[in-house]
Amino acid sequence: MTALAARRRHPLAAVALVLLGLLVTGVAYAAVTPARAQATTTSTDDIAAGKALFLANCATCHGLNAEGRDRFPSLIGVGAASVDFQVGTGRMPLQATGPQAPKGKNKFTAEEVSQLAAYVASLAPGPAVPSAQQVDPAAGNQSNGSLLFRTNCAMCHNFAGKGGALTRGKYAPNLAGVTPTHIYEAMVTGPQSMPVFNDSTITPQDKRDIIAYLGAVDSETSPGGFSLGAIGPVSEGLVAWVVGLAMLVGCAVWLGAKSS
Amino acid sequence: MSTTTTAKAAGSVGNWADERVGASKGVKFLARKIFPDHWSFMLGEVALYSFIILLLTGVFLTFFYIPSVGHTTYTGSYEELAGQQVSEAYASTLALSFDVRGGMLMRQIHHWSALIFVASIVTHMFRVFFTGAFRKPRELNWVIGSILALLAIIEGFAGYSLPDDLLSGTGLRIASSIILAIPVVGSYLSFFVFGGQFPGEEFIPRLYTIHVLLLPGIFLALITAHLILLVVQKHTQYPGPGRTNENVVGYPLFPVYVAKAGGFFFIVFGITALMGALFTINPIWAYGAYHPSPVTAGSQPDWYMGWLDGAVRLTPGFLEFQLFGFTLSGNILLPAVIVPGLVTTVMVLYPWIEQWATGDRREHHLLDRPRNAPTRTGLGVMAITFYLLLLVTGGNDIIAVFLRLSINDITMTVRVLVLVVPPLAYLLTKRICLGLQRKDREKVLHGRETGVIYRTEEGEFFEVHAPLDDHERWALVQHEAYRPIEPAPTEDDRGVRRPKARFDRIRSKLSGFYFEDRVEPVTPAELEAAHAEHHGGGHEAIESPDDVDRPALAGN
Amino acid sequence: MSIDQTTHGTGHGGSDGHSDGHSDARGTDVATTAGGGLPERFENPGLPVHRHRMADVDPKAAKRAERQVAALFGLSTLGTILLVVAYYAVPIEPDERDRWAQIAQTLRLSNTLLGIGLFLALFGIGAGAVHWAKTLMPDEERIELRHPMRGTDSERADAVAILQEGSAEAGVGRRPLIRNSLLGALVPLSTIPPIVLLRDTGPLPGKSLSETVWKAGTALVQDPVIGEEKRIKASDLTIGSVVHVLPAGIEDTEHPLDEIAKAAVLVMRLNPADLDEASQPGAYEGIVAYSKICTHMGCPVALYEQQTHHLLCPCHQSTFDLKQNCKVIFGPAKRPLPQLAITVDDDGYLVAKSGFSEAAGPSFWERG
Repeated sequence: MTALAARRRHPLAAVALVLLGLLVTGVAYAAVTPARAQATTTSTDDIAAGKALFLANCATCHGLNAEGRDRFPSLIGVGAASVDFQVGTGRMPLQATGPQAPKGKNKFTAEEVSQLAAYVASLAPGPAVPSAQQVDPAAGNQSNGSLLFRTNCAMCHNFAGKGGALTRGKYAPNLAGVTPTHIYEAMVTGPQSMPVFNDSTITPQDKRDIIAYLGAVDSETSPGGFSLGAIGPVSEGLVAWVVGLAMLVGCAVWLGAKSS
Repeated sequence: MSTTTTAKAAGSVGNWADERVGASKGVKFLARKIFPDHWSFMLGEVALYSFIILLLTGVFLTFFYIPSVGHTTYTGSYEELAGQQVSEAYASTLALSFDVRGGMLMRQIHHWSALIFVASIVTHMFRVFFTGAFRKPRELNWVIGSILALLAIIEGFAGYSLPDDLLSGTGLRIASSIILAIPVVGSYLSFFVFGGQFPGEEFIPRLYTIHVLLLPGIFLALITAHLILLVVQKHTQYPGPGRTNENVVGYPLFPVYVAKAGGFFFIVFGITALMGALFTINPIWAYGAYHPSPVTAGSQPDWYMGWLDGAVRLTPGFLEFQLFGFTLSGNILLPAVIVPGLVTTVMVLYPWIEQWATGDRREHHLLDRPRNAPTRTGLGVMAITFYLLLLVTGGNDIIAVFLRLSINDITMTVRVLVLVVPPLAYLLTKRICLGLQRKDREKVLHGRETGVIYRTEEGEFFEVHAPLDDHERWALVQHEAYRPIEPAPTEDDRGVRRPKARFDRIRSKLSGFYFEDRVEPVTPAELEAAHAEHHGGGHEAIESPDDVDRPALAGN
Repeated sequence: MSIDQTTHGTGHGGSDGHSDGHSDARGTDVATTAGGGLPERFENPGLPVHRHRMADVDPKAAKRAERQVAALFGLSTLGTILLVVAYYAVPIEPDERDRWAQIAQTLRLSNTLLGIGLFLALFGIGAGAVHWAKTLMPDEERIELRHPMRGTDSERADAVAILQEGSAEAGVGRRPLIRNSLLGALVPLSTIPPIVLLRDTGPLPGKSLSETVWKAGTALVQDPVIGEEKRIKASDLTIGSVVHVLPAGIEDTEHPLDEIAKAAVLVMRLNPADLDEASQPGAYEGIVAYSKICTHMGCPVALYEQQTHHLLCPCHQSTFDLKQNCKVIFGPAKRPLPQLAITVDDDGYLVAKSGFSEAAGPSFWERG
């Protein structure tokens, strides 16, 4: 009889057996289950999952191979950044036709978005999703950002990023609440009417400065009081009449009325 | 101090003043002057008090503002501008907003007050227009007021251009282009005004002088003249029982109006201060310093210039053309020079136009109810409609963004509307006024509807009308019954053609335009006829304890 | 007593009224006018009966009104106190370490408190004074008579006589030489010196409106110039790119802002097939440069719609089509944006081939 067999009726034998079973199961499970997709590295599984999502949600317009057709652009070469922006802000899948795709609710989870992005990025090289460090507002220079924003962005998005009109019903949207990542991606991919500000024309550091500026504008209170929308003299004139003159006329009516 | 000591002190002050400037005569003339009471007479006061508020807050601002485009590096507390090259004007305005206690408040009160100043001038002007207060002897005051309105717009533009920020600088660029567009002398004028090319270095100091010295001086003179005329000619009054063209019914200056009008100054100042406390206006730190290369979406002037901006946006470009090697920019001259010029001219000349149409040379101190001057009221509403359409177009990009419309569609639509809607507004308003006049006639002839339903023994229902008493009726019947002026014969009794025949024909056409469609006020004879209709001739007399009239049947 | 005014022209409303002009002619023939005993128009019935206010009849109501007025004045005093306290209690001197976010909040608090204090201080006095007048000061309507603006006939006659006498004494009528020479002095003085003395307010325009600092070989640099000028390589631009551009060396000119106001340029890259024939000579491999200064009124035409290839000016919505050499397709502008012909130098950086072929910026009379 072996030493193991002699101890088979030891009181702790059952405990040892259970522990062994758990260990084996756990190791086997860990070995067999695929790893979670990492943020910066994609696996072929991500690309496959992304392709499946693409075929289900995007191919009807953008073509089975993302080659595009008619008015729907080809997605070959647009890069992960485009997908992360368009899908992440809910603009895509397009809900209805119109002058442009409006911001909407993102239907997908973050993982699904990155899978879609991985698939499209795999078609051809294109702009990548920026790293957290690249879009960190704390690392940006707000003053430089304000100069760059005024020259490159304010004419469409207004001095405080509140948005502005383009031709034929198109518009540059309000930038309040847009995440730093999405701002970066929009600059680098040039969605819809927005021009392309690649990393040569506006360097990554400059982009971060712009992001810092926008973050500041978004979060800071207006030192004079209610900002009235930060859209300029139109709202100010409206308030002057509807609040100011109305109150004064009200006082005048009270003044001229006979007392009871 | 006891009352006798106070009285003695007042007495010695009064004595001092009387012996040097004849104060007792002034008190006699002014203190018990009667002014009529109506809230719509306060609108001019809002403008006057706003002017004083602008002077007071403006002086505060001048203690801190530096009128120079000299370059300086921004080192103030607003981080988003740190290290940028800005002008002294811009930096000093920011410093007074951020580093001076109460500076932001004074600046915001100043700007809100400017907006309210022009708004109250416009409202006051339309009150004067719709009630006919511009008629003889007040034509001169109307002209002075029109000039004040125009100067107020220019003063406001100069004022908000002083901080040299991106938005106002864009406006100055547009102003310089308007000057450039003037034929023959445009480029010379622009170089003289700006001291060279745009933007140059002279425009801030020059605007400052215009804003702080030249225009306020002219304002003080014109406002003083405006008020002196008001006191000498006495204020107009609304018609009513006891009020005639030869009297003024109201309350004395001292103590009632000293308290009411004096109190109203504090009210206006207080409400303007409240706006400065609660609402940000003209956030120049967010716009950034002026530079000719960047621009912001939503570039508009302050509201009172919005109509001009709208007119410019509407005008199509083909109106600019070349002529023998010279360029005539009709696309700029039409909306920026010709349209405001025409509007101003018609506005200033209106009292004489109407006087020509009515042939009325008498003094008028009783105001018109707008419904009793249907053509004038219609013309006024037409002007307001035209103005509002242009004003709204001035903000077409803001409207497009907020209502998800296309700026191109808005512009194309308003191009049509601006020609079609004002005449329609005129027609609609005139018809409404005539309708209201007919309603007044009905009310006089047949009494006020009481809402009481009476049933006769035969089962007939009718509404009981209560006749108006003298006081209720007076306001409805006292107005003028103008008739179109008949043209004099074109030839005199010897068959010689009269030299002014053509003039007379135009005049009688204008008079017809004004008064052909009219509803005349009820006369006593007509009222008697109506009573007779009710109580005699054809209708059964109704035995009723209140002796009320039967409902009106056929019309007047 | 009021002086009668002659009334003429059209029908005229009531005179100083007292009695009720309505006769009780019920049942009689009422088609007549004045002849039948009725006035032509209704007569003014006189002032209506005065209605008393509570404070006029009830001493308790008067006392209450008095207390209300005092309360409003008291509110004003409180407002002044708030103003002074807020002035000292909310310091807006920024600490070295304070970020703007913090400073902005303090400023807003200071502004709001000072402003509300000022509002209460002013409004309290105003409302108190008005309430005092409305409730307690006598509100019986009083009448003052007007006098016609014109003088009496005798006053006018006197005035005319004075003027005639005075001008006879001056002798202007008799001495046309004096009158003519006076005109010859006053008219030139009032018209010419005011114009001439303003001549030096500015230089003559000369050719400056038609010229910019752009010439053959000028390098294109990025706008804004922060520190060192940053030149642009053609390869930096992808299709859909836009870059705001200034001529190299512009910050060293005597009046940089004046030059930038004429010389600002926008560079875009399109698919070369999208460019029309007219713009191709000045283009470089689909990269085109156009003046950014609107030909309408000088605003920067900075909005580039990448997909439609349109340039939009934000001021009055003039729209320029990049595919038609920046021809105007909407809005109040007339002339297309002038193209800046560009090429690359040996290192691949973008440079101008020549200056603008026409004046950039808004139109003016001599532009041609």
